[in-house]
Amino acid sequence: MKIIKPAVAGTLESSDIQIRVEPADAPGIEINLNSSVKQQFGKKIIQVIHDTLEEMGVTDAYVEAVDKGALDCAVKARTAAAAYRAAGKEDYEWRVRP
Amino acid sequence: MRLRRTMMFVPGNNPGMIKDAGIYGADCIMFDLEDSVSVNEKDAARFLVYSALMTLDYSPAEIVVRINDLSSGLGVADLEAIVRARPDVIRLPKTEAAQDVIDCEREIERIEKEAGIPIGSTGMMAAIESAEGVLNAPEIAKSSKRLIGIALGAEDYVTDLKTTRSDGTELAFARGMIVNAARAAGIDALDTVYSDVSNEEGFLAEATIIKKMGFSGKSVINPRQIDPLHRLFKPSDKDIEKARNIMEAIREANAKGSGVASLNGKMIDKPVVTRSKYLLELAGLAEEAEEE
Amino acid sequence: MDISKIQNIGKINFNGEYTPDCVTPKSEVKMPSKVLPSIRDAIIATGLKDGMTISFHHHFRNGDYIVNMVMDEIAKLGIKDLTVAASSLASCHAPLIEHIKNGVITHIETSGMRGELAEAISRGLMETPVVFRSHGGRADAIANDELHIDVAFLGAPSCDVLGNANGYTRDESGATMCGSLGYAKVDAEYSDCAVVITDHIVPYPNTPLAIPAVHVRYVVEVEELGDPEGIMSGATRYTKNPKELMIAKNAANVIEHSGYFYDGFAMQMGSGGAALATARFLREKMEEKNIKAHFALGGITGQIVEMHEAGLIKKILDVQSFDLTAAASLMNNRFHTQIDGCFYAGYDYKGAAVNALDFVVLSALEIDTDFNVNVLTGSDGVIRGAIGGHPDTAAGAKMSVVVAPLTRGRIPTIVDKVNTVVTPGITVDVVVTDQGIAVNPNRPDIIERLEGADILLTDIESLKVRAEKIVGKPDPIKYKDRVVALALYRDNSIIDVIREVDEDEEE
Repeated sequence: MKIIKPAVAGTLESSDIQIRVEPADAPGIEINLNSSVKQQFGKKIIQVIHDTLEEMGVTDAYVEAVDKGALDCAVKARTAAAAYRAAGKEDYEWRVRP
Repeated sequence: MRLRRTMMFVPGNNPGMIKDAGIYGADCIMFDLEDSVSVNEKDAARFLVYSALMTLDYSPAEIVVRINDLSSGLGVADLEAIVRARPDVIRLPKTEAAQDVIDCEREIERIEKEAGIPIGSTGMMAAIESAEGVLNAPEIAKSSKRLIGIALGAEDYVTDLKTTRSDGTELAFARGMIVNAARAAGIDALDTVYSDVSNEEGFLAEATIIKKMGFSGKSVINPRQIDPLHRLFKPSDKDIEKARNIMEAIREANAKGSGVASLNGKMIDKPVVTRSKYLLELAGLAEEAEEE
Repeated sequence: MDISKIQNIGKINFNGEYTPDCVTPKSEVKMPSKVLPSIRDAIIATGLKDGMTISFHHHFRNGDYIVNMVMDEIAKLGIKDLTVAASSLASCHAPLIEHIKNGVITHIETSGMRGELAEAISRGLMETPVVFRSHGGRADAIANDELHIDVAFLGAPSCDVLGNANGYTRDESGATMCGSLGYAKVDAEYSDCAVVITDHIVPYPNTPLAIPAVHVRYVVEVEELGDPEGIMSGATRYTKNPKELMIAKNAANVIEHSGYFYDGFAMQMGSGGAALATARFLREKMEEKNIKAHFALGGITGQIVEMHEAGLIKKILDVQSFDLTAAASLMNNRFHTQIDGCFYAGYDYKGAAVNALDFVVLSALEIDTDFNVNVLTGSDGVIRGAIGGHPDTAAGAKMSVVVAPLTRGRIPTIVDKVNTVVTPGITVDVVVTDQGIAVNPNRPDIIERLEGADILLTDIESLKVRAEKIVGKPDPIKYKDRVVALALYRDNSIIDVIREVDEDEEE
């Protein structure tokens, strides 16, 4: 999936994360995280953003994330929403909960 | 029997509320993709509720998701995501006629098939929010086997009636119609929200009325409304004792192979048994509601 | 006649023709005064020198101007190497950072610390570790001269020219008020030299009083003591947060069935949202069952006052007034009494009021599976809190109830090991969260009574697992070796150390 324009999803409210996805200057996924819980969960958050993008077939993107203590499921949802907005697509492949 | 005394509304685009939705003890949690989500955030809320249902555990609550109505152009997209995340119930807003339920059911069934989910495992409920819908309540209530209940949505309804919310007079007909239609179809009836959260007295007065009318429960918009409602629905010790004695007599009669049970010399009618069972379940004593 | 038993009697005059040396001729008698024109004059008069220890109280909370005003004057006088021993410090004391950098302050003792100063300390600002003491521990240390105070600078909303000082005034001036001056009383009594700084000099005698003139050497009048908004909130409001209300309801149920809810009980309620709301639910139960409290202790809020005025609490012992309602009650209600830090929580002082408590409801930043509680450092290891009376009351009360949400945002409250042990688990009896109640296994009596009342209990390990299931397992905080602060227990032994946080990004 190709990121064609900058797009944002999420808010700066507590327990949310605001994700801004932009077309990348260089190949690959670059993530810049600012988090109120960076010490305890920074690695995990970056991992989740990275995995979510990869799963959707995004290979090149620049991501700015401002986290206010979001759970993994919110990180995932905001990343997906931002990426789809940035790709101008709506054909997300929903999985089935086991 | 599933208790549906409280159905707590949770705005679908609010991660903080979604995170904590399970801790307040509501019988049902309703994640909302409709009125509480602005048009520009419909996609984000859909991702968020989907993602939450895929990972968070809200047991033992019943999980309900209110989708956008199909005519909005958003409803099918909501279903594509949400049905796969397997909530207990999809709540359809603004139901005008049985056909609305049937149309929605068709989409749900299609998605269940595509996704390999057992057909029929997704429950439905229909919210009735207009004068036309209220008149069609009996047909709506019987329109699908998936329906677990119908609900009154009062805000749109009073607008349609050209009146406003007040002491409940304005809702008398709709409530009567809906609870009767639901009970005739053998499903639950859920009352509308009471939005003045700080007015506990007014909330309880309204709740008392709908309980007397026969409603199974009420939608709540703030966790603070849950406990008072559960307390209101809790049977008195005297009633519990009576119901226990009745069920005890039934079990005795069944053990003896006798078709007729009696208590204090009076024969116990079937409706009395049904009522006693319901009461014990409301009291959280389901194990005592057994006939054997 | 043997007069050897009479101490210091000197020579006995047998004929009554004695003229004492110390009498001033009547024509020259005038009202003495300890008032000096400025803080600067007072500092000079006290003889403050390099290396001494000065003290402040925290009754003006985050509205305090005294600490910064006095420190600025001290710095201008070129005095260095001081120890600041405050009863507590707040975010408004960030200007101390400059005085530390300039060598004016080389050591700090306090109950708590927040904001920029706390962050700077956590990042290694000071050579000597900051010492955190509990309110009881500090009062004891001062009374026993383990913590010697050379000069105390004590703000007071009213004072007369001889130094009788109080936290309110009975005149109609509308002057600032802070209610109880409980923590300042100890400093006034045991310091070598106490200076009262006031914005309101009233006619002698300023009674009733908190600090008697005999403990005061100088008085200074200033324009303002602080920002009234920061000194006092109008009234501490009940929380509307549904999670806090749920915790409070659980806590009130626990208390009701704990065995310590009987006619004539004694209680202390913390000032956090859930603790305050617990008082409300408890009040309902007291009214329902016609049970009255004999006294309420501690930091006092309007809620406690309302219960007192409704006849539900007979007496109030007030070491710190948290809101205007509490301060007004101290002024107006006969059985609302101002007490000092030793009376409140002193460990050596065997009659400390905390030991008469049936129960206390306390907040927590972190609780570990050994029931140890941290109220001093945040989940990121940075100092942002105060020990306060936490360990004193937890140890003194027959039952300590700690209330906290299971998670705050993504941060779990129940953890394997708290960042800083402030209150040892052995003194923590019940932990009440929004998602379960755990009783310390060393209190089988409480467990039995709660189970007997059908209160659903879990264990602390399950709470920790539940929290982790929601938020995930946090990576441990990284610290450097350097110790930046010491946490002292109520007997002033070191219970834990706080290390410099390591925020270096690893790449």
